[in-house]
Amino acid sequence: MGFASFKRYLVIMPPMLWLALFFLIPFFVVLQVSLSDPALSRPPYTAIFSWNGLWPTGFLGDLENYEFLLSDSLYVNSYVNSLKIAANGSLVCLLIGYPMAYLIARADARMRNTLLLLVILPFWTSSLLRVYALIGMYSPNGFINSSLTWFGVIDAPLQLMQTDFAVYSGIVLTYLPLMILPLYSALEKLDGDLMEAASDLGATPLATFWRITLPLSMPGIVAGSLLVFIPSVGEFVIPALLGGPDQLMIGKTLWTEFFNNRDWPVASSVAMIMLAFLVIPMMFLRNTQRAAEG
Amino acid sequence: MGKRHPLVLLLAGFGYAILYIPILIMVIYSFNSSKLVTVWAGWSTKWYGELLTNGQLVDAAWISLKVGFWSATIGIIFGTMIGYALARFRKFKGKLFLNGMATAPIVMPEVVMGLSLLLLFISMESLIGWPAGRGLLTVIIAHATVGMAFVAVVVQGRLSDLDISIEEAAMDLGARQPYIFFTITLPVIMPAIIAGWLLAFTLSFDDLVIASFVSGPGASTLPIVIFSKVRLGVTPEINALATIIVVVVAIGVIIANWFALRSNQTGTKDEA
Repeated sequence: MGFASFKRYLVIMPPMLWLALFFLIPFFVVLQVSLSDPALSRPPYTAIFSWNGLWPTGFLGDLENYEFLLSDSLYVNSYVNSLKIAANGSLVCLLIGYPMAYLIARADARMRNTLLLLVILPFWTSSLLRVYALIGMYSPNGFINSSLTWFGVIDAPLQLMQTDFAVYSGIVLTYLPLMILPLYSALEKLDGDLMEAASDLGATPLATFWRITLPLSMPGIVAGSLLVFIPSVGEFVIPALLGGPDQLMIGKTLWTEFFNNRDWPVASSVAMIMLAFLVIPMMFLRNTQRAAEG
Repeated sequence: MGKRHPLVLLLAGFGYAILYIPILIMVIYSFNSSKLVTVWAGWSTKWYGELLTNGQLVDAAWISLKVGFWSATIGIIFGTMIGYALARFRKFKGKLFLNGMATAPIVMPEVVMGLSLLLLFISMESLIGWPAGRGLLTVIIAHATVGMAFVAVVVQGRLSDLDISIEEAAMDLGARQPYIFFTITLPVIMPAIIAGWLLAFTLSFDDLVIASFVSGPGASTLPIVIFSKVRLGVTPEINALATIIVVVVAIGVIIANWFALRSNQTGTKDEA
């Protein structure tokens, strides 16, 4: 048995070491940098330990960056706004995605496969290009404005870009498939007899939907909303291309802090706080998925 | 609501329209002969020709293809190992740990992933001198890490659907585990592995954020170049490039779907 388990570790160890090195340890590096101060050196931050050559002799890190973040309205607003946009975006995706998932779940086998494929297809196309396609729709001389002008509906172009509307459109276009897939698998499991029984007993279609379909599809609603919410919180491309300069989102703030201000310690603490925000929804998502499997 | 309630059809149709209209308009405008995106001046394929002579875009596309190929290949090797270990090894030290680490990259925000890997690479370089600078290698490592997580999920799912009794029968008949893996398990999960490779490749090919952090001079991937152009507004060349990518991806997805359908039809529990 000892030899067999040794051979098992030949399978387990290589990917385990890879993930430890390239996924786990990096977070400790980020934590370390977030406790340091910016410096005019390469790399541009100070050490958080003093060394005597062999072992650390003192701890030099501090929570200054975190205090700075929590006292500066720019960062607080970025976090609050990101959470708000991600929550509203999930809701919009749910409202648009539910009828689609319902239609797919009720379609016959061949139609179902085609309808599902049509949902998955855009998801495989680069999200950058899909967001770019929205610029072509919304910009002052884009498709919507030039069409409306041509038909004489408007005289001056509408301000569509750099608005909340544009950002939400970007979230829908990017993450709608992630909402539909778990909704579909929850709705697919629904027993059609239940709905039939309800209508035989005199329930209106609306009552049947409200009291049977909706509660039973709740696991899909929760999983889908989390799958949209989590990546939306840290989103960079959508606010950078579709949002205005005053539409703060934390992913964009981190990017600016790192690439434009070159303040690595502050960028690292922004990342640590973002993770702290997301740990709870992430755990929640894992539990929902496990419940759906088991 | 009835089976095909008109309201459901209407609302679902609206959803599909939202997904497809922007892409469709982009595709149509890529054939516009005018440089001005707003003015329709007749059909033309000249932007496709200009694309091929744009050295910067062609170089970036080549870099992205290389990065995608290698990261997806590393991704399926390690991802298959993870998926197999999680689905087939009953209990081992660190199973929960491996499970957690293998699924976390999927939900990790890209900005955090990119920043943390860049800081790691810089610390490693100052400690042990490797990797020397940022470039192709660092982007491949970063994308492989995300890719293997997705492959692990796909492979694990496929293996838990697969009837384990075939593998157990082979073991009872005295076959060794590596032999069983390569002659029975691997052929059956191959469609899942191929689908996983395509998924990992696509994720790598599409990624802007992680690559922007860990890439270096001379290793600008296609999304990095596209992003720098797109920031300045809509250009007909990017429309043409996007159209090509959309068509290639559509073909890829249809092939992957075919593989997935076929893998569902062979050797699942329901049919056994």
